[in-house]
Amino acid sequence: MDRAEQQGAAAADATATRRQLDIRDHVEPADYQTIGTPFVDDAKMTARNVNVFYGEKQAITNISLDIGRNEVIAMIGPSGCGKSTFLRTLNRMNDIIPICRVEGEFALDGEDIYGGDQDTVLLRARVGMVFQKPNPFPKSIYENVAYGPRIHGLAHNKAEMDEIVEDSLRRASLFNEVKDQLDKPGTGLSGGQQQRLCIARAIAVSPEVILMDEPCSALDPIATARIEELIDELRENYTIAIVTHSMQQAARVSQRTAYFHMGKLIEVGDTKQIFTMPRHELTENYITGRFG
Amino acid sequence: MENTLQEQHTSQRYNAELEGLRSSVLTMGGLVEQQCRQALEALVQGDEELARTVARSDHQVNEMELEISAQCTDILARRQPAARDLRMVVAIIRMVANLERIGDEAAKVGRMARKLADGRDRESYCSEPQHLGQGASDMLRGALDAFARLDVDGAVAIIARDPEIDREFKTLTRLLMTHMMEQPQRVKNMLRVNSCARAFERIGDHAVNLCEEVIYLVEGSDVRHLSIEEIRERHSSWPA
Repeated sequence: MDRAEQQGAAAADATATRRQLDIRDHVEPADYQTIGTPFVDDAKMTARNVNVFYGEKQAITNISLDIGRNEVIAMIGPSGCGKSTFLRTLNRMNDIIPICRVEGEFALDGEDIYGGDQDTVLLRARVGMVFQKPNPFPKSIYENVAYGPRIHGLAHNKAEMDEIVEDSLRRASLFNEVKDQLDKPGTGLSGGQQQRLCIARAIAVSPEVILMDEPCSALDPIATARIEELIDELRENYTIAIVTHSMQQAARVSQRTAYFHMGKLIEVGDTKQIFTMPRHELTENYITGRFG
Repeated sequence: MENTLQEQHTSQRYNAELEGLRSSVLTMGGLVEQQCRQALEALVQGDEELARTVARSDHQVNEMELEISAQCTDILARRQPAARDLRMVVAIIRMVANLERIGDEAAKVGRMARKLADGRDRESYCSEPQHLGQGASDMLRGALDAFARLDVDGAVAIIARDPEIDREFKTLTRLLMTHMMEQPQRVKNMLRVNSCARAFERIGDHAVNLCEEVIYLVEGSDVRHLSIEEIRERHSSWPA
């Protein structure tokens, strides 16, 4: 089935799926199909028929989704819905969990990222990640940012490294606040600054995609606003996938929103459509605060 | 997604706030509807006392408009409603503005009715807008019913009645012009009657606006400024 056919089938099944699903039901894989537009024309990353298991327990059931080039896609859903797990499959972060088994096809610019010859270190340089809690290395601010470029050999001398560090800190809109204390430990910064330092660290290796797993949940509203502003600026050069529990945040920063529920991708669509006129009842119930 | 979903928010207080908002609009609608019927009655019966009451009663509607707007602002600020809830709050903000204008039109008819109450031969011309006024009041009632039941079919049916009201207004104007030519000494009163007819025609238009908001609320489709044919065309593509 080609892409257009898949979209057509998804649309045709929309009404039927709507009646089949109830928030309390656990639905078998064959019984559901994602509503909306999981596939885009200009995909940076593609995931097809993804299943993820932790031991015997299935965490993700048959999810297919594209991440469009230079878009911010928000992934929302209740706790345990599989959104973080899915995000982590995109740069093989699940590889480090021994009991975790990932099935499906993943590609970055059409290139299989789970192929036998894929270097995961290189993959994670191309697909960077920012975590929920800021986790700077116990090193200086400068070293935090310089670490990645150094192990990837991106700078040939001190002057080049200085430039990368300054540029990354500027893009993360942190440079002006820390330019006089680059040799101070990164852990001494405020929470919001630490998170921006982690973003600077992630972009220092020139990734193509940045995955963010609840990057603002530990931050105050001002720091959150700065990160959101930053996400908007970063979109020009990067592709961003963000998992968030804040629906307002998803509505503010993303162009597309994907709603996950019990390991399934229920609905994907333009953020504006999802927040004003969701098509699936589960999406509607979640974003309007029904059931819980 | 049935009406009952209104009560299923995790936050009980949010349920109560939205339900309170909905019933406030229905109360305001009921008030305005009563005003319209009384205005028509005062005009047709020449009941000066009733006319005076209607002319003065719009302050109550104005107060309700302010109160409901404040409720909406409060919900937007504190709850950040989404999807259907958001559409409901947005639709209500626009609906109360329309209801308030209907109140103004009814009060206008009340003022005219007061001046016309002791006109000579009033029976010969004051009862002319009876049918038009009845039609406009029925449209208003239908619009409020459609809102109460979230009934899109009902809303579309009400919108379809508007051309009839418009036609009736035009016919009435022509009739009054004939009266004016025949009895030039009554021109002033004829113009007053024509203003009343105009007010009822406007009430019909506002009822249409209310119905458009009901459709937006339920279907998420903004049908303002569309013809009835275009609305029907869209309507046929909505899932039943």
